Amino acid sequence: MSEVRSNTALPTPVPTINPDSAEFWAATAEGRFITRRCTNCAQYIWYPRPICPFCHSQETTWEPLSGRGVIYSFSVVRKAGGDWKGVTPYVLAYVELDEGPRMMTNIVDCDVEQVAIGDPVEVVFEDTGEGSALPRFRPAPR
Amino acid sequence: MAEDVVVAGVGMHPFGRHSGRSLKDLARVAGLRALLDAGIGPQGVQMVYSSNAMAGMLQGQEMVRGQTVLREIGIEGVPVVNVENACAGGSTAFAQAVMAIRSGAADVVLAIGFEKMFVADRSRTLDALESAADLDVVAGLGIQFTAVYGMRLRARLADGSIARQDLADVAVKSHANGVRNPYAQHRVQVTAAQVLESRAIADPLTLLMCSSICDGAAAVVLARGGALPQPGRPTVRVLASASTSGFTLDPAGGPSGATLCAQRAYEQAGAGPGDVDVAEVHDAMAPAELLYAEQLGFCPPGDGARFFRSGATALDGRLPINPSGGLASRGHPVGATGLAQLAELTWQLRGEAGERQVHRPRIALAQNSGGWLEGESAAVNVHLLERTQRWT
Repeated sequence: MSEVRSNTALPTPVPTINPDSAEFWAATAEGRFITRRCTNCAQYIWYPRPICPFCHSQETTWEPLSGRGVIYSFSVVRKAGGDWKGVTPYVLAYVELDEGPRMMTNIVDCDVEQVAIGDPVEVVFEDTGEGSALPRFRPAPR
Repeated sequence: MAEDVVVAGVGMHPFGRHSGRSLKDLARVAGLRALLDAGIGPQGVQMVYSSNAMAGMLQGQEMVRGQTVLREIGIEGVPVVNVENACAGGSTAFAQAVMAIRSGAADVVLAIGFEKMFVADRSRTLDALESAADLDVVAGLGIQFTAVYGMRLRARLADGSIARQDLADVAVKSHANGVRNPYAQHRVQVTAAQVLESRAIADPLTLLMCSSICDGAAAVVLARGGALPQPGRPTVRVLASASTSGFTLDPAGGPSGATLCAQRAYEQAGAGPGDVDVAEVHDAMAPAELLYAEQLGFCPPGDGARFFRSGATALDGRLPINPSGGLASRGHPVGATGLAQLAELTWQLRGEAGERQVHRPRIALAQNSGGWLEGESAAVNVHLLERTQRWT
């Protein structure tokens, strides 16, 4: 279980939830990080979807993720529009999960000037207040 | 190739900020210029593929955008197909027109792209741009395309294969070419110091490295070889037309969409990257040119910066890239960009590119990419054009 918190520095809009993603979002609200994994080719699939994009098998199941990974690359966004205008600078990043997939996310709880490729990070869930939470990542001990 | 398809005419409305002009005004100018260049009237067009990405959100014209602008120039009573493929829409319209002619459905087809991104509320334009990604997946991330390119480049700065100075120098080259292009949005020479000191947008990218909000239109008339004789003018034919959608990257790695598409195009043409004499690539941020030079096979993987530093990609180099100024300097009105690239290459192959003319090119490559899906472009098109007559 990872932390779910409601005080967030970044906007946390409510995601679009459909029958294929309902279980994922319900898990986030409880601090559980899951995705689909292919039982045919064993790949973890991000974003979670019912058909494996690698071998096209329909035999995929929900599996827990460790919530740990490293920063593959990132950018400090210094100019933004809309709801994001007031929260610059913020970090948009690809995190390479321990299980393999790279996901786009934000790095939070950090000094944006100190973020570096290869930094270990862990998931933290930011509550939307509507039964879902957005997975973001914060620096973790090595 | 069983049926040669030729570029019979091209035309553009200058790219830039055109507050007093409507979407129809922009499209009308580009469309009429392309018809004039092809030597035909509106009645000569048998089919149209029309590209626009954002008029639904920005002008409220959610449907039949092509028909509404085309009747302004008297093109009515023919099949009109509306095309949307984010920033790759223009080249998608071109690819469809090529297929229509090859299929035998038509002999003369117009591909037209138009976009008006300057509207009263700039945040609407930014929202429309964000929708070039899968909103179910990226909602809540504050995604912007500058940062997506920023991440690609950051990884290369970190491994030392690209230096921060390269990012600035390539933007200087883009602007130097744009200065010579009367159709370009940003026609101001800049220095590397100015580029690096300009406002940070998304690290490591600064304002002067990035394409910006832009209005504009571009159009191309394609014809079956021999259908529109143009004596006295060099013929530009379509040597290859290759397209792909994005795909989920295997964590173990693999070729990019641009690489995959370029390989397909080279195979169709029976040519290779060494045969290309001039290229227009999708540099929504000027330094992306360094990455695409590798992905299109112009230099080995990892050598994009070294290739650029050698001078090979300058106007007088071995393989000039983005003589028009590219997206960053010529401008990037989303649905029109792909056709502007093909118009530029047609002018280059004919020898009509004025002050930015490169030396006697025979084969030209255009690469146009659109949207973003988990690390890959959502749509990519690569075209190869050939001048069939020798230079004299």
